[in-house]
Amino acid sequence: MTAIGTLRVSDLQATPRRKRRNSIVRGVFFVMALLSVVISALIIVSLIGEAWTFVSQVEVATLWTDQWNPRQNSFDLRTIMVGSLIVTIVAMAVAIPVGFGAAIYLSEYARPRVRRVLKPILEILAGIPSVVLGFFALSFISPDLVQRLFSDANLLNMLAAGIGVGILVIPLVASVSEDAMRSVPQTLREGAYAMGARKIAVSTKVVVPAAISGLVAAFILAVSRAIGETMVVLIAAGTGGSARFTSNPLDPGITMTAAMATQARGTDAVRGADLAFPSLFFVGLLLFAITLGLNLIAGRVVKRVRQVY
Amino acid sequence: MVTIGAVAGGTARDVVRAQLTGRRRDVRGVMFKVALQLSLLTALLILVVLLVTSLVEGWPVLSGRLGEFLTSRTSTQPGDAGISQALKGSFWIGVCVVVIAFPIGIGSAIYLEEYAHKSRLTNLIDLTIRNLAGVPSIVFGILGFAVFVKTLDGFTGGKTLLAGGITVAVLVLPIVIITAAEALRAVPTGIREAGFGVGATRWEVIRSHVLPYAAPGILTGTVLALARALGEAAPLLLVGAVLGRLGSDPGWFDAGQLQEQFIAMPTIIADWAGLPQQEFKGELTAAAIVVMLVVVLLANTAAILLRNRYEKKRHGL
Amino acid sequence: MSDVSARTEPVQINPPDSEVADIEVLPEQMVFRVEGLNVYYGDFRAVRDVTIDVRQREITAFIGPSGCGKTTVLRCFNRMNDLVEIARVEGTISYHGVDLYEPAVDPVEVRRRIGMVFQKPNPFPKSIYENVSFGPKVAGMKDNMDDMVERALTRAALWDEVKDRLKSSAMGLSGGQQQRLCIARTIAVEPEVVLMDEPCSALDPIATARIEDLMQELKNDYTIIIVTHNMQQAARVSDRTAFFTAEVNPESDTRTGILVEFDRTETMFSNPADERTENYVTGRFG
Repeated sequence: MTAIGTLRVSDLQATPRRKRRNSIVRGVFFVMALLSVVISALIIVSLIGEAWTFVSQVEVATLWTDQWNPRQNSFDLRTIMVGSLIVTIVAMAVAIPVGFGAAIYLSEYARPRVRRVLKPILEILAGIPSVVLGFFALSFISPDLVQRLFSDANLLNMLAAGIGVGILVIPLVASVSEDAMRSVPQTLREGAYAMGARKIAVSTKVVVPAAISGLVAAFILAVSRAIGETMVVLIAAGTGGSARFTSNPLDPGITMTAAMATQARGTDAVRGADLAFPSLFFVGLLLFAITLGLNLIAGRVVKRVRQVY
Repeated sequence: MVTIGAVAGGTARDVVRAQLTGRRRDVRGVMFKVALQLSLLTALLILVVLLVTSLVEGWPVLSGRLGEFLTSRTSTQPGDAGISQALKGSFWIGVCVVVIAFPIGIGSAIYLEEYAHKSRLTNLIDLTIRNLAGVPSIVFGILGFAVFVKTLDGFTGGKTLLAGGITVAVLVLPIVIITAAEALRAVPTGIREAGFGVGATRWEVIRSHVLPYAAPGILTGTVLALARALGEAAPLLLVGAVLGRLGSDPGWFDAGQLQEQFIAMPTIIADWAGLPQQEFKGELTAAAIVVMLVVVLLANTAAILLRNRYEKKRHGL
Repeated sequence: MSDVSARTEPVQINPPDSEVADIEVLPEQMVFRVEGLNVYYGDFRAVRDVTIDVRQREITAFIGPSGCGKTTVLRCFNRMNDLVEIARVEGTISYHGVDLYEPAVDPVEVRRRIGMVFQKPNPFPKSIYENVSFGPKVAGMKDNMDDMVERALTRAALWDEVKDRLKSSAMGLSGGQQQRLCIARTIAVEPEVVLMDEPCSALDPIATARIEDLMQELKNDYTIIIVTHNMQQAARVSDRTAFFTAEVNPESDTRTGILVEFDRTETMFSNPADERTENYVTGRFG
């Protein structure tokens, strides 16, 4: 036993072995964390190189034609962007009412026991892969729903694809909205009830306005997800690698994502002066920028919610 | 509005009773509630319809030749076509995700939550991860193609299963990090302080106290990420998943196949759904979907139930 | 309005004035009669056998240590306990002779006549104007909203301070102002009764004093029931006081609230009948 007064600094330090192990472990984890930044940089770098090739070599005239057909040097951006727009609008028209409605019900009306059962089911719905929804859109939504309502619709059409994307996005809208509404303090609701308001007034005039930032964030995230969706469109609205410009949802169409996917299937065959391959990267960069912008806005909006209370 | 004058007791009571009970029927309120219930029902019904449609459509294959279906290779003949190669492909992609994304994701989360001080670098990393989680999967496909197929083709062998596996692992990495970080954040500081109080180093505290406590939450997150990874098709298409017949057919645990061309469950579904023959785009696709859904939905359900059970236990403490 | 300095003196204990007998109370002056009220949360009995009367245009105070059911009882008067799934009310609370918990009674109509101000000010994150106009709007009182808002804010002694910024956010007001805003919006629907659940406990002494003065003015038009932790406040402000305490249930180690004594405030503080009351008001416990 050490006598009092003969304490040395080294008695108060961890053994070198333990210290070293702690440092090594810390270093390893640090490198891992840095990896995410590396990946982001890689994405941008890998996109920019070929995208620049496209931008520098493309003839501006080819960007405004009547079709998107890279093999034939026709890069009408309108076609793919309008395609994305139509699919996204249809998707939102499906997802927002159903998603918000389900969220308000779960947050304000459902009994706790009911909510405990239904919310997990909704989360499971979120796990359905997009290829499944693509198949569902092609083999069910299109023939049995769209073509029944609009007899002149093609089997492959953007409306069915849009509905499929909408279904895909419902759980996201419901989940984020419900969280936003649940976080409204109960005392706000009580204040409204105490003045003789009915549940519909409390839900729509007090809770929803108080949760509005979260709801807007949910909307933006859903739009971002819908724009970035590939497989549903590829399967259900597919036109192969090219499409004429159209703003009719009943026609087949091509979105930015589908353009990229179909382009990749034959990339080995074409090279050289052909700009088909680099166009893939250009569209990818565009898509990355759009979704990044939307996600940043959504993040900023959510931050503002925290400040209100 | 309220006029209770000084009248004899009986009449006042009647006036009040009339006011308190004579409500007009709250039509709008009822209609609103019904509309909300319909929305919820629609969402749930879609799930049911989806499952039933797939099951019904794929029934001939599932009931007739399930065994063959699971063990046959791709073929131009619908009667001979099967998903064995796709199952193997998905299996090995799952392995890649587990080997690559789980350790790196959990390690990153541990660093960000346990070691890092608030600095501009950590804020950047945090922001980057959140944004990556929102990037469309096909953009990861481009990354996969440009980096893992082209640049690193000495390592991966080009358009191979390995390239696909790494790409998908990178895709779900942000999700693993975010869910693991949340699980770690939920660990009460008291546990850490108790560990430090007896003179443990940070790693020892993490290893012996924090990680075990956060394990259920981390597990849930990783299972959800894996289920997501198994359903992704777009990036695999860009990395070179084969459409149509696939030649190679190695054994299940032959790791050599990582350096060969590949298919996976989601890509074979995407492929078959676009074929002209009715058997392919109908019953075979549906049957493949049912098989994939069984795995994916089971994994999701297990993860969510696990999380709910552990949350309940925690709050009961 | 009495000046603030009077409040720093200790509570005056006056000898009971035996010459002033209680006037025979006519049935119509009784706003609430509570008989045998029991409140359960699931199987747990939170409040046991409360019997009490509340008279028109008086301030009735519920006092007692924390956890003895005062707020639970208060919330029975406007059926706010309906919002809690597992809450169950037994016994009767009659409002002008009508049992509030009769099946045919609509809680929404109850709450339009019996308003509530909460412990922590809870204005909506909207403008001052919108806060006050919310109640009348949902009640369907559409005419002349501007006048209504002005009247309510004036009655709540807030008009002068906010009349130039009605459209600005209510969250920008101070704590005391927010609470007066909550009072304004409660009286905007012109209730008969105002329930107050520890309305000053989150406020500083000056804001508290203003609200106590306000209560004395409001008494002329409204019947007020106030729950308060602060017995000096009850002594200052109320006409009648009810003292609650908690019984400990030995087997389940829970506490059930009971009403110990209910009388005119002077009596409760100078000459209470029950020893427990005397111990509480003289500060010997609680």
